[in-house]
Amino acid sequence: MSEFLAMGGYGGYVWSSFVLTAIILVFNVTWARRRHAAARLNVARRIQAMEDDV
Amino acid sequence: MTVQSRPAPAGLWDVWLGIVTRELRLAFRRPGDMATPLIFFAIVVSLFPLAVSPDKQLLMKFGPGVLWVAALLASLMSLGTLYRQDREDGTLEQLLLSGQPVSVLVLGKIAAQWLVTGLPLVVISPIAGVAFFIPEESLPILAGSLVLGTLSLSLIGSVGAALTVGLRQANSLLSLLVLPLVMPVLIFGARAVSLSADGETTGGSLYLLAALTILTTTFSPFAASAALRISAD
Amino acid sequence: MWTWFHKLGSPPHFYRIAGKLAPWLGGLAAIALVVGTFKGLVLAPADYQQGDGFRIIYVHVPSAYLSLMAYVVMATGAAIGLIWRMKLAHAVAAACAPIGASFTFLALATGSIWGRPMWGTWWEWGDARLTSELILLFLYLGYMALRASIDDTNKADRASGVLAVVGVINVPIIHYSVEWWSSLHQGATLAKFDQPSITGDMLTPLLINIIGFTLFFGAVLLIRARGEVLERERHSRWVKRELLGDSAVRENIPAGELQQ
Repeated sequence: MSEFLAMGGYGGYVWSSFVLTAIILVFNVTWARRRHAAARLNVARRIQAMEDDV
Repeated sequence: MTVQSRPAPAGLWDVWLGIVTRELRLAFRRPGDMATPLIFFAIVVSLFPLAVSPDKQLLMKFGPGVLWVAALLASLMSLGTLYRQDREDGTLEQLLLSGQPVSVLVLGKIAAQWLVTGLPLVVISPIAGVAFFIPEESLPILAGSLVLGTLSLSLIGSVGAALTVGLRQANSLLSLLVLPLVMPVLIFGARAVSLSADGETTGGSLYLLAALTILTTTFSPFAASAALRISAD
Repeated sequence: MWTWFHKLGSPPHFYRIAGKLAPWLGGLAAIALVVGTFKGLVLAPADYQQGDGFRIIYVHVPSAYLSLMAYVVMATGAAIGLIWRMKLAHAVAAACAPIGASFTFLALATGSIWGRPMWGTWWEWGDARLTSELILLFLYLGYMALRASIDDTNKADRASGVLAVVGVINVPIIHYSVEWWSSLHQGATLAKFDQPSITGDMLTPLLINIIGFTLFFGAVLLIRARGEVLERERHSRWVKRELLGDSAVRENIPAGELQQ
């Protein structure tokens, strides 16, 4: 196991790359989802506001 | 019955020439504005020996690149104002509605901008080249490559200027948009001068540079006119 | 089949189909990435020259490839939006940019991390691919900056659309010129399958991960595009029906604002 983690001496580099990748992928998903949810809220608010004006 | 003769409709060449002369006339009313990019060029060029080292060998190596970058930045200065004045006084809208092909108008403006900024840069570049110990035989390559380079820059820059006219922070945005797009021009142009200074053949680089200039001449006017129509809305 | 495709061009249908499709793509992406990563980290043999350090390729190359693909998708969407005036196409283009930019950043970071033990430096200007990738990041940032400066969405779509099309023409030119300029560069590991630089057992995880990244891109793109579509279509009836029927949305709007 420790041999696997060590990656022949390159462990730090290899693992940091993969961890960074995981972070960026997760970040993409959460950012996209949050944007979509915010858009729904925003647009819904504006529709309500327009209806109130009418 | 006599038929009244009408003036012949303006040909595209006349339209283009008309725009160029108008722009040049406007530019010459403010000679100070014309000089600013050139002075900027001289100052930026002087920054590098001060910042790095006056060592002759080092300057010879970096000279071509420094001169090229300074020329790019100086040209960008005058590109920022390409459409601004016209937009502010409403002339831009009139030009777009005039019925003339917008790409011809764009080419006219670009030509005038190049004559006012690009050409003087090319003319003073050998002087700056001497300051960087570029060999005399290479100075024509320096000027020649800058002719092609400043033309490409004016063409690509006009697209950026059209996209950013009227926006806040237009100048910074213009540089941000245009500089990545002109990196190939910089690469081939500066390398041509370096190769010449080292005594090697420059044919390849200059051909590639010329190819880029032709490519940008073909595409930029259409892109710029599309951008102008979008910005003018 | 053609009607289905045609339906996709209509915003309400796109919105619903994208909503259903995204989780599936995401699930497939997860499977592919897990399989590819496992094969790459555990099963693939160590490289003769680089030992286990080469395994970074399994995240570096896919992210670089996707960073480029995202730009192409963005430019294509922009072109379609400009030519046929489809807001949906512009919405897709807008959605691509942040995803593509993050992949570009990832490619640069993993490239730099990979370079440190191999070249001895954190950065190597002479590496044409890395330098081109940096310029690609500038292109993305410029696109996003232009969008941010224009308040009117329609105008922003069209202006950044022109920029994207101009940029995509430039990308191969930039790539070629940087390669010409660089002194050291590694041969394209994928372009030539007969090159000894990467063998079968090493190649498979790479291809699987590329597929995984592509599916992932698709999934995230669909999610983002939905939000973009909503904002562009907010005056439409279908949007009203879609949103006010959603209890989660209604719960979040303060009582005074919401009248039923």
